[in-house]
Amino acid sequence: MTDRILTTRMEAHPADSHTMSRYEATGGYTALRKALGMKPEEIVAEVKASNLRGRGGAGFPTGVKWGFLAPARPRYLVINADESEPGTFKDRQLLERDPHQMIEGAIISAFALAVNHAFVFIRGEYSRSARRVQQAVDEAYAVGYLGRDILGSGFALDVTVHLGAGAYICGEETAMLNALEGKRGEPRIKPPFPAVAGLYAKPTIVNNVETISNIPWIITNGGAAYDAIGPEGSRGTRLLSLSGHVVKPGNYEIVMGMSWRDLIYGVGGGIRSGKGLKCWIPGGASAPWFTPEVLDEPVTLDDIARLGSMAGSGAVVVMDETTNVVAAALSIVRFFAHESCGQCTPCREGTTWLQRILERVLAGRGRPADLDLLLDVCDNISPGLRWPPAMTTICPLGPSAVSPITSIMQHFRDEVAAMIPGGVTAGV
Amino acid sequence: MTWPPDTMQRAEAVLAHYPERRSAVMPLLYIAMREDGRLTEEGMRRVADLTGMTSVQVESVASFHTMYKRRVGAHVVSVCTSISCHLLGGREVLAAVSDETGVPAGETARDGSMTIESVECIGACGGAPAVQVDYELVEGVTPEKGRELCRWLQTLPPSPSLREGEESSRPVVIRSDDLQQRFGGRRSFDAGPPDPIGAVGPFPAFGPLGTAGGGS
Repeated sequence: MTDRILTTRMEAHPADSHTMSRYEATGGYTALRKALGMKPEEIVAEVKASNLRGRGGAGFPTGVKWGFLAPARPRYLVINADESEPGTFKDRQLLERDPHQMIEGAIISAFALAVNHAFVFIRGEYSRSARRVQQAVDEAYAVGYLGRDILGSGFALDVTVHLGAGAYICGEETAMLNALEGKRGEPRIKPPFPAVAGLYAKPTIVNNVETISNIPWIITNGGAAYDAIGPEGSRGTRLLSLSGHVVKPGNYEIVMGMSWRDLIYGVGGGIRSGKGLKCWIPGGASAPWFTPEVLDEPVTLDDIARLGSMAGSGAVVVMDETTNVVAAALSIVRFFAHESCGQCTPCREGTTWLQRILERVLAGRGRPADLDLLLDVCDNISPGLRWPPAMTTICPLGPSAVSPITSIMQHFRDEVAAMIPGGVTAGV
Repeated sequence: MTWPPDTMQRAEAVLAHYPERRSAVMPLLYIAMREDGRLTEEGMRRVADLTGMTSVQVESVASFHTMYKRRVGAHVVSVCTSISCHLLGGREVLAAVSDETGVPAGETARDGSMTIESVECIGACGGAPAVQVDYELVEGVTPEKGRELCRWLQTLPPSPSLREGEESSRPVVIRSDDLQQRFGGRRSFDAGPPDPIGAVGPFPAFGPLGTAGGGS
């Protein structure tokens, strides 16, 4: 039973897991050789059969996305290494500790998709990651895994490492494409989707770092072998970023299906200083929060969705019983207000208003009407306050800012009210 | 004023990596920052010339992003206050750093030695609270270590700008592993062997852009 795919090399060889020599010595680039002997459509079929789902946040099936690619040429592959969802640091580890795994996955994917130019869009703050990836790209060019006529196959691929410059929204795939085209990183209205009209209006696939890093294993072992790992709907392993008030924060590659209790108290070592658990965010700052009554529910994509949240980017942020939930929600709302690109009024204005209201509540200057006002503003951003959220905006950033508010109002409304002068008598 | 020949060569090499010239605007803006120590009108005009964009188009891209800075000190100290760092004392680190230097978040010291800023998640949540100096990461920072870091930065000699001639004086190189050893604690993950490359100014250190220092 395989329980790890992505992190075995870095674990076994911490001193040089990022180098070409170590990567090749541990089986690296054999999947590429195998893939170059396959037909491109056979590779796509293996990825479809694996039921690999995207690891960037939306969880869309990778093979299905690849299947949408329009026939026009040239086509592009963009690897989304703009990891910025608060709480998430898994891709940084993959970029810094095993960059060749991602590059081999990129070459195989490009061959399967008839792409001759791939971009790795790495956030500007990940300067060390970008250096590691560039070093690995240079090594790959030097031995003929990149460039013209790769391993005598006639297939050519160039990889450009592109540094972002501090805008979370560029992690949204169409914003990323605009940034790569030299425009402001503002999301585009979809459709058309990138697979039809992406970079330079050409067919483009945008995949996350972790997603692409799974490709070599799938080609080596077959899609069916990958599909045999983990519960249905959450196949393969998943790299979870555990942070906040846990004893042992870190990235953990797990097979999904364990309970939240096993994840937080087993893997994470429990809550610091023996404190009690108050709540946690199951999938990055955009996700609605969970409270201890669901501790024994399984950690899978579908179960998290069933309970009204999302696995998102795999970031689990744990809060202990002493946490001021208004201050925590404000931290998240401030993030979205700061990162709103400003195109859509509900997001641009709404996130700012949510921030202002929470700030005055936190400062003890809240008004009793603020309890309802918070939800009213949320309703204007995402009508009905449903999950998954209804959209009034081009991209999901605005609705994401609603999650922390609805979470604290659903689970901790009396705590919020208690911070407002006259709030308890007025509104609970 | 134009860029020196080696910078122009580097810019052309960057342009060659993209199917369209305009796509190189982001890397070229970093090269412009490296030239002048910050983003200037002149630097943006140069980027406009190289990409075939108008200056206004270049400025619209530059102003969209937080890392292209018009006003910035010799170093930029970025303290993360997003959720995981918030839960573990990021705001206290920010307050300590501001108190130590007398520089409020978002401002630059009078002597130009550093800019202090509060930043959103920098992907170091397992080592929270996290700080970056010139985009070189240090994790597990306490308020006291944050103060020490600022005092240390103030003792560094000013980095010479390229215009004054790089040959004559080697720039100060800020390396993540040095910072971690001096001022850090718990890390998000085992970072592996030290990286000899580091930052030489308030922009990310990346070899192809010529914005990095150190190494052999």
